Amino acid sequence: MNIQSLVDEVPVEGEYSMEGIDFISSGEQFLTFLLAQEQYAVNILCVEEIRSWENPTKIPNAPHYVKGVINMRGIIVPIIDLRLKFDIGEAIYCETTVVVVLTVVNDDKSRTIGFVVDAVSDVLNAEENEIKKAPAFGGCVPQEYIAGLVNVAENVVTVLNVVALQTIEAHQLD
Amino acid sequence: MSIDLSQFIPSFLEESFEGLELMESSLLTLQQGDDDSINAIFRAAHSIKGGAGTFGFNHVTEFTHLVETLLDEMRNGQRNIVQPEVELLLVSVDCLRFLIKAIRDEEPCENSKIAETAKLLEFALQKQEIEAAVTTNHEITSDNSQAFSTWLITFIPEPHLVQTGNDPLLLFNALAELGEVSLEADCKELPSLLGLDAETLHLTWTLSLKTSVNEDEIKEVFEWVEDECQLSITQQKSDSAENKLVSSPLVEEAVKAPQIKAVPSPVVVNSPEKSTQKSKSETGSIRVGVDKVDSLINLVGELVITQSMLSELGNDFEMSKLTRLTNGLEQLLQNTKELQESVMRIRMLPISFVFNRFPRLVHDLSKKTDKEVTLVINGEQTELDKTVMEQIGDPLVHLVRNAVDHGIESKETRIANGKSEVGTITLAAYHQGGNVVIEINDDGGGIDRQAVFDKAVEKGLVDTSNTLNESQVFDLIFEPGFSTAKELSDISGRGVGMDVVKKNIQSLGGRIQVQSEQGKGSQFKVYLPLTLAILDGQLVKVGREVYIIPLITIVESLQVKEQLINRVSGDMVLYRLREDNVPIIPIYQLFDIPADNKELSNALLVVVEADGQKVGLMVDDLLAQQQVVVKSLNDNYQQVEGISGATILGDGSVAMILDVPGMITMALKRAQRQQSNEKASKKKIETEVLA
Repeated sequence: MNIQSLVDEVPVEGEYSMEGIDFISSGEQFLTFLLAQEQYAVNILCVEEIRSWENPTKIPNAPHYVKGVINMRGIIVPIIDLRLKFDIGEAIYCETTVVVVLTVVNDDKSRTIGFVVDAVSDVLNAEENEIKKAPAFGGCVPQEYIAGLVNVAENVVTVLNVVALQTIEAHQLD
Repeated sequence: MSIDLSQFIPSFLEESFEGLELMESSLLTLQQGDDDSINAIFRAAHSIKGGAGTFGFNHVTEFTHLVETLLDEMRNGQRNIVQPEVELLLVSVDCLRFLIKAIRDEEPCENSKIAETAKLLEFALQKQEIEAAVTTNHEITSDNSQAFSTWLITFIPEPHLVQTGNDPLLLFNALAELGEVSLEADCKELPSLLGLDAETLHLTWTLSLKTSVNEDEIKEVFEWVEDECQLSITQQKSDSAENKLVSSPLVEEAVKAPQIKAVPSPVVVNSPEKSTQKSKSETGSIRVGVDKVDSLINLVGELVITQSMLSELGNDFEMSKLTRLTNGLEQLLQNTKELQESVMRIRMLPISFVFNRFPRLVHDLSKKTDKEVTLVINGEQTELDKTVMEQIGDPLVHLVRNAVDHGIESKETRIANGKSEVGTITLAAYHQGGNVVIEINDDGGGIDRQAVFDKAVEKGLVDTSNTLNESQVFDLIFEPGFSTAKELSDISGRGVGMDVVKKNIQSLGGRIQVQSEQGKGSQFKVYLPLTLAILDGQLVKVGREVYIIPLITIVESLQVKEQLINRVSGDMVLYRLREDNVPIIPIYQLFDIPADNKELSNALLVVVEADGQKVGLMVDDLLAQQQVVVKSLNDNYQQVEGISGATILGDGSVAMILDVPGMITMALKRAQRQQSNEKASKKKIETEVLA
């Protein structure tokens, strides 16, 4: 007798009764944010937290887009300014400047890095087939960081590849 | 009911390693009539076999079975405890350790050594049989006649079998390893779904097993449930006679073959071990004494009390309660400090974890080199951080090897020099200040200073005209490629090693000292920090950044006097510090950050030392000294040159911990690059002028 199949059919309390929350039947959710008026998105499951900007401690001889490290509840988290990394917009730090902290487990190793963006905007639901391949027609953002494009009303949102973002290019003095 | 067994594998591995360690140490001291030891060894082997069987590591089970049988005979007094067999058992322990390591690292465990040892074990067992009964050969052939017979097994477990943690399915899987199994379950007793209790067993089984093993081996599968079931095993009928004909000559041959090799030679299986490779589970778990956990719980309780007292004070605070507040804060400080210490203590393990391997090592080595050596161990209860412990093992092994191989002289020489025939090596560990000191003493020949010096001259490390004092000469043995051994042995003497030993110890933040008197012996003293997770640091300020310099590296801090600054040999800035000329590294330049003060005169200089090189780090300001908790930058970022880690300061901000040796290499690289750049530009100008 397959007990598991019975269990699957039993409704769990609260499963259908929540209101006011957009349920996604399938597909994934993305956090969208702004970089110089352009919309970008990352998989929401990677988002650890969203913090306001604070001055980080500098890392000696780091690339210009690595702003330094901050203390996030005892964890040392490096901060990368996406505007500088992708060379879009101006890297100004004001009240709406936020840091999106992303955690990705890759090869058994989890990495937590904060990314400076201009502002966070919305949560986006997208089915897998809605994410379209980005055409390789220039643009500041290197292709390896782009996972695809999603149309939202009149706008186009660039979905970023979080694993690629987390990979820090080894930098040397020379 | 099926349980995911894989979750228990790590603890099985851990327990097996502990069991093997126990077997090894007991075997080394094993003597005739020592029932306690032999029982302890037997139990350890038995639980390894049982565990391995449960998890389906059959090669381990089979191998351990042989060891266990041999031990059983010794335990029952059927067999005398003699040296060759103890040696064989020691080799078997090595093989088992190798097998279990292979399981842990998920590596294939093919090794001829293991097969060979297994053969020797079998041979040793059969030898006994030959002595006991003359009919061994017959027995074996009759054993063999059971090849591929069918066994009928009825297995009627008690209803509470599964509650004792046994799973019939696992038993059947184990049977399936022995041969072909077909089984029938009798579900007559099975109640309706309503009356079903998941923890009660209602089934009985009838199995038929087609296998070549004998009854005992089948029984063994059921060993753990023997008392909780009714079991009957009957042999049905022998399979075709052909099998018998084909296999019996093979077996006879197998029996004869190992007879040529009478007694096994004690050989350490260390070739398959890749000590440089970090195994994945070495950082795994830690065993903590209950007392340590209890004291932690006590402390946390106190902390909670202090916290509630403080929050009550804060609810309606008035100035009259100020003394109570300061008292409360004091208490909080005390509590947190104690808590920190207790937590750190969890990481501390007695150094016996490292020392335990040495009796065996010395035993094997003294056999190999034909010397008699006693090993004395003192202070094995001294506690040391787990990380330090893991990394100090290999260097210590090297030092002990050297002591046996080079230190202790041969028997003849010892007698000729009026010493006792038996050499002594003393291992000792104790606390001294904030350090743990490990001493390796031997009463051997000592280090020949002249030979070291001559060798160094030959290698071009020093000039004949140099006069070196005693400790400088001894420091030469830590130079790469240095060995005074007259001939290479496979134990030591290849000249790789002492430099690695020194490097490893230094990377742990420790140092090593040598003392030796020719003809009397040598002493190596290893100084290690208690822990790697906390270090005493000097906070310094450069511009807006705060850096931490490890206190252990600081020689002194001083204000620069202009007249002592010398620019020599082409604009190299040196500072005269008494006898030494110390190069100056301005941190702001090295790290490319803004600084308040870029003028050398009147600047603050922190003189630090690493690898015997002193340098002056130019800083803007000296701040407090405090203990800091070291956090890795590697976890989320990457290694940064000149930085060994980061820490969180009292105000929650992050500060970088300076890596002094790294900074020195960085500064050297820069200087070289600058030089070559200058040369290149000079050349360019020259060529332009020429043109």
